[in-house]
Amino acid sequence: MAIKRNKNNARRSPYAAILVILAGLLVSGGGYAAANAVVSAKSETPYSAQDIKTGNQLFLANCASCHGRNAEGTKAAPSLIGVGAASVDFQVSTGRMPGAASGPQLMDKPAQFTEQQIKQLAAYVASLAPGPAVPTSNLDPTAGNSTRGGELFRINCAMCHNAVGAGGALTEGKWAASLREASPKEIYEAMLTGPQNMPVFNDANLTPKDKQDIISYLTYVQNNPSAGGDELANLGPVAEGLFAWIFMLGGIVAITIWLGAKSN
Amino acid sequence: MSNSKDVVKPFDSEHDYEGGLAVIDKDAIKNPGMEPHRERMTDKSEKHEKAAARQVTALFVFSMIASAFSIYAYFAFPLSNITMGQVRLSTLLIGAGISFGMLAIGIGAVHWAKTLMVDNEVSEARHQTRGSEEVRARAVEIINLANQESGFSRRKLIRRTLYGAIALFPLPGIVLFADLGPLGSNVEEKLRHTAWAKGTRLAKDPYGTPIKASDVTIGSVFHVIPETLRERNDDGTLNSEYLNEKAKAAVLLVRVEPSVLNPSPGREKWAYDGIVAYSKICTHVGCPVALYEQHTHHLLCPCHQSTFDLANECAVIFGPASRPLPQLPIAVDSEGYLVAQSDFNEPVGPSFWER
Repeated sequence: MAIKRNKNNARRSPYAAILVILAGLLVSGGGYAAANAVVSAKSETPYSAQDIKTGNQLFLANCASCHGRNAEGTKAAPSLIGVGAASVDFQVSTGRMPGAASGPQLMDKPAQFTEQQIKQLAAYVASLAPGPAVPTSNLDPTAGNSTRGGELFRINCAMCHNAVGAGGALTEGKWAASLREASPKEIYEAMLTGPQNMPVFNDANLTPKDKQDIISYLTYVQNNPSAGGDELANLGPVAEGLFAWIFMLGGIVAITIWLGAKSN
Repeated sequence: MSNSKDVVKPFDSEHDYEGGLAVIDKDAIKNPGMEPHRERMTDKSEKHEKAAARQVTALFVFSMIASAFSIYAYFAFPLSNITMGQVRLSTLLIGAGISFGMLAIGIGAVHWAKTLMVDNEVSEARHQTRGSEEVRARAVEIINLANQESGFSRRKLIRRTLYGAIALFPLPGIVLFADLGPLGSNVEEKLRHTAWAKGTRLAKDPYGTPIKASDVTIGSVFHVIPETLRERNDDGTLNSEYLNEKAKAAVLLVRVEPSVLNPSPGREKWAYDGIVAYSKICTHVGCPVALYEQHTHHLLCPCHQSTFDLANECAVIFGPASRPLPQLPIAVDSEGYLVAQSDFNEPVGPSFWER
């Protein structure tokens, strides 16, 4: 072995290894960037160096205990390298992060940080590696085609989130969140980043137009009451069956008893 | 019909009672007789009677108001610029008016009968089911007359062809429903095969855009149909079998880290760089299984909670499904699009007679 290595060293320039590594990094990095081009990392970064610095301080104080000092992830929480600003904005602005307690799923709750602080955290995480950016436009819910959005929603989302976005149960204590009060930005970021157990719907799967149509559909069902009367929380046959059994059949039983009873 | 009175044989001790074939037990439960008559408050007190009369009147007046309100609501809340809220309000008010109009008539009538109408107890005995000899003889007479007049016994040819016609009449139904069964049809063939074939591109449901392998990032889920499914007829319409074929061929496409997958020997090449395609049709009763959890790699069926582990070839880990979801072997064509290597290697969906 020793002889072989000497031979190799003799043949190669001492810089060869560095050159090979550099070339490899360029190729794989370029390939990665090309593969991710479809994921719309239009990162004309709106963040200043000060944002990133403050964000890093916020991160170390509030997030690093689980996500690691360099956001590399630990056993308790995943790496945040490459998750992008959209993911941070979604998780922190809906209060899911920082998590209050570990469990099957992190709850949404009032946000712990100000908008400015969320922006700084997002700036820091976005500075680690390219990833989905916070959407800035195309979120006008009146601009999309809600009929088309409804069709896409029923195919891609309704199996977990319910046909009108009321949410639903998953396995082992997890659930798909209700979208009845979700804002267009939250819906867009969730599709783009796939928070927690939700899969990712990148821009090649659901194009930005598709996403806008879905937002229009959800905004439509948020703003328009059901034509069929009270929705009973949109839980479908369970709530409706319970109502029918208890109140409808109960009413029929009560009337039958009254019919058969003698007058006092 | 003049002798119908004779048929009635009151069932009480003062009359003869013919038991027919019935076994009469000597220790049968004694007839407890009539409950003693109990006077109602409305019989005893004029005040209560007047109150009840007022209640019944009020119910009927309420019914009138409700019916009139229903008509008022129809005109007062027109569906001029139809929105869901308008439809909901209009139907609610019209329906409430009609139903209260009817309900109040019913409640009023029952209340009237229970509180104010005479409530003497009366016993009405059942009559025997067997007719009198006279009635029975008359019935036979009528049947014979009908036979004579129609010639049913005499006209043998007509009678027999009628029997034949009645016997053949249900046959078309049997033949039509035979398509549902295993005999004499290609149903089994249809259940065994789907629209997937070697080289068919995977396309996005519902618009049929083909999918490139590079589009499927880790954690992504695509709802997939065969690209050929969207091929149109010459007149631009979709294939008439579109929905039937889609119901069998629907596929869920997921990308995970390749190290997550544990393919069994012979199935290593069915995935492409961590991209796997599984039938979306539950092997229990055929609901679409599409509730995918990105981190647990579980696929949940919403109908009966069958849970499949995508990391282990969609093995059943919970619920009533009896076998794993079939996997569609996939590859990438020269242009980078995902294609099927072949059809599924087993029938998709729930069990059937030969499976």
